[in-house]
Amino acid sequence: MAQPASGPSAGSGSPTSPSQGTPRAQSRGGPASCQRGLRSNLAAGPSRSRARRDWLQALPFLLPNLLGFLVFTFLPILACFGLSLTNYELAPVSTLRELREQVHFVGLGNFVHLLGWQREAGRIVASDAEFWRYLGNTLFLMLGIPLSIAGSLLLALLLNQRLRGITLFRSIYFLPTVSSAVAVVIVWKWILHQQPNEIGLLNGLLMSLGVGRPPDWLGSLAWAKPAFIIMTIWLGVGGYNCVLYLAGLQGIPEELYEAAALDGAGAWARLRHITWPMLSPTTFFVVTMSIIAGFQGSFLFTAAFMMTGGGPAGATTTLMLYIYNYAISWHQLGYATAVACVLFLLVFSFTLINWRFGQRLVHYA
Amino acid sequence: MSAPATRSRRWPSALWRVAAYLALAAVGVTMLLPFAWMVSTSLKSPAYAIEYPLRWIPSEPASTEINGQTCRVAEVKDQPGEQVAILRYSPEGVQVQVISPAGQAGQQRLVPEDRLLPVRRVWFHWENYREAWRAEGVRVTDAFFGLIREADGFLAFYLNSIFVTICVTVGTVFTSSLAAFAFSRLRFPGRDRIFIGYLATLMVPAIVIMLPVYALLSQLRMTNSYSALIFPVMFSAYGTFLLRQFFLTIPRELEDAAVIDGASPFAVYRHIIIPLSKPALATLTTFAFLHTWNDFLWPLMVVDRLALKTLPIGLAHFQDSYTTQYHLLMAASVIVMVPVLIVFLIGQRYFVRGIALSGMKG
Repeated sequence: MAQPASGPSAGSGSPTSPSQGTPRAQSRGGPASCQRGLRSNLAAGPSRSRARRDWLQALPFLLPNLLGFLVFTFLPILACFGLSLTNYELAPVSTLRELREQVHFVGLGNFVHLLGWQREAGRIVASDAEFWRYLGNTLFLMLGIPLSIAGSLLLALLLNQRLRGITLFRSIYFLPTVSSAVAVVIVWKWILHQQPNEIGLLNGLLMSLGVGRPPDWLGSLAWAKPAFIIMTIWLGVGGYNCVLYLAGLQGIPEELYEAAALDGAGAWARLRHITWPMLSPTTFFVVTMSIIAGFQGSFLFTAAFMMTGGGPAGATTTLMLYIYNYAISWHQLGYATAVACVLFLLVFSFTLINWRFGQRLVHYA
Repeated sequence: MSAPATRSRRWPSALWRVAAYLALAAVGVTMLLPFAWMVSTSLKSPAYAIEYPLRWIPSEPASTEINGQTCRVAEVKDQPGEQVAILRYSPEGVQVQVISPAGQAGQQRLVPEDRLLPVRRVWFHWENYREAWRAEGVRVTDAFFGLIREADGFLAFYLNSIFVTICVTVGTVFTSSLAAFAFSRLRFPGRDRIFIGYLATLMVPAIVIMLPVYALLSQLRMTNSYSALIFPVMFSAYGTFLLRQFFLTIPRELEDAAVIDGASPFAVYRHIIIPLSKPALATLTTFAFLHTWNDFLWPLMVVDRLALKTLPIGLAHFQDSYTTQYHLLMAASVIVMVPVLIVFLIGQRYFVRGIALSGMKG
């Protein structure tokens, strides 16, 4: 069968391809399948048997993915909520009975400990102070997101100019996003390095710019988080968000700018009153996705795991690392799933709020 | 502000163009700096990897043999073209022997120390790569289904990464395209509800899904296996979503003709939808490849046998063993990054298009 070049436009230009495929398809499917396909479209016969037939027709396509989706995505989500109500400690067992003896239902006990507090000597003390601290770390590290998004928008505006070699720049900006996070983290550890008589690249550059005593980035409580934020901005500024903004910019009709120019609008006025509102759906999408990704912080997890071990003194431990430690290092799966559920609820409620109120700021053309 | 190439707009003025280029280049240099530093350090010898002031081009003090003794080479101030070997330091000055120009070679004299400038010569230590590849700390036994009795660590990591990535990518593209066909082209009860279920899980943090699967695999004693690395990440809701969005843009008239002629749904899938969806399939392939190749957390959770580690967690293990050997760490990082960069450069067109596609409403 002649395969159309590629892309839907090429296909619609060559009406021969479907009819060429027909003889083959007929010999395989036979006339019966033709009737079935037609009839299901024309809505004949009793609806229940039709529903069953439609299902049988769809099942072979759906099954491989749906089965995997159920086993490895959908049921685990339910299981996570289930496990969070137990004190499940992961230990090797050989029979189901052993497992049942090991797992006890504790109701909301994990959540009470996680989110609860008590009065001690007149002060309110959280029962899991670490959780609140690491939640604070996670939120603090998300401060890089607005900077990163603003940078992406600026870069996209620059990349949208009629200049030669733009593709090269776009690829360079995207490089950190596609690189292995572990390799990136290792080189950044080396860049941020600071030991007596050993100076990393960043501090070397700072010193040649005249900074007398540059900070010990990864070793100090005050500078570890800013170092992580610098890394995430470097990583993300030219990545997905930039490409999304660029696509958004290219979708703005030129007539709008021409009309504005006729009305005497300057560059800033056009940016403020055309580009920014026209990009608001992109901004909405970018902000939503960035914050969901920020709560998960998979790069920050890799960075903390490889560079600092969550230190110094827990300064770079995020909720993800906290969950990982509970589950993998300490085998406390019940508690780990409870923290994971709280993380999920945070993401969920944020997304809900964002949809409810953020949508109002979006201008749909 | 915006001006794609097809539109009739004036080219930006020369001044603005220079400013834009400067800004673009400044950001570009910042992006490339860490990679350049990685390559630079990977080619230095251990003694000069940690050195201040910083040097971008690996170089070391040049030395030469004189009477069986290794001597540093220096130039003398105000004597251009003259190179001398430093024989010994003394309170009166430095005893040197001229080595070039050839006419005066062999002459010895005393030079005040502050008039000597040490000569450095550029020296790339390519052997660092061999040393990292063969590092003792990551040697494995019984790698790759036991086919390899003993192997260099990175060879095993490479084989594991390639095998796992190919399996996951092929599996993702195949199962996702079938399901996306059902969601976009077939009618069956509950279709939209199931699809919304798919969509909803895109918002769930990955760790929520990983923990129960990890618990299940470890209770079944199935961690430390290729199955654990492959199957849980193969059924991508995201891939199904991406391909469905694309399939919806293919005009229905194309397949209506085929259906009237008696084509089965599978024939429509195989002979109409798939050939027309090559860009979207390429996009998903690139996404799946890069995501699996770079994945860190899931392999970290389910594999701790060295012979089964993929490149990212193998590199993490390497870092544990060679914490301070920065020249080797950087060489190993380059070894891990090169294939990704190649795939990205080949597939970047599809990649960029895929991001734009996934950002669309629908």
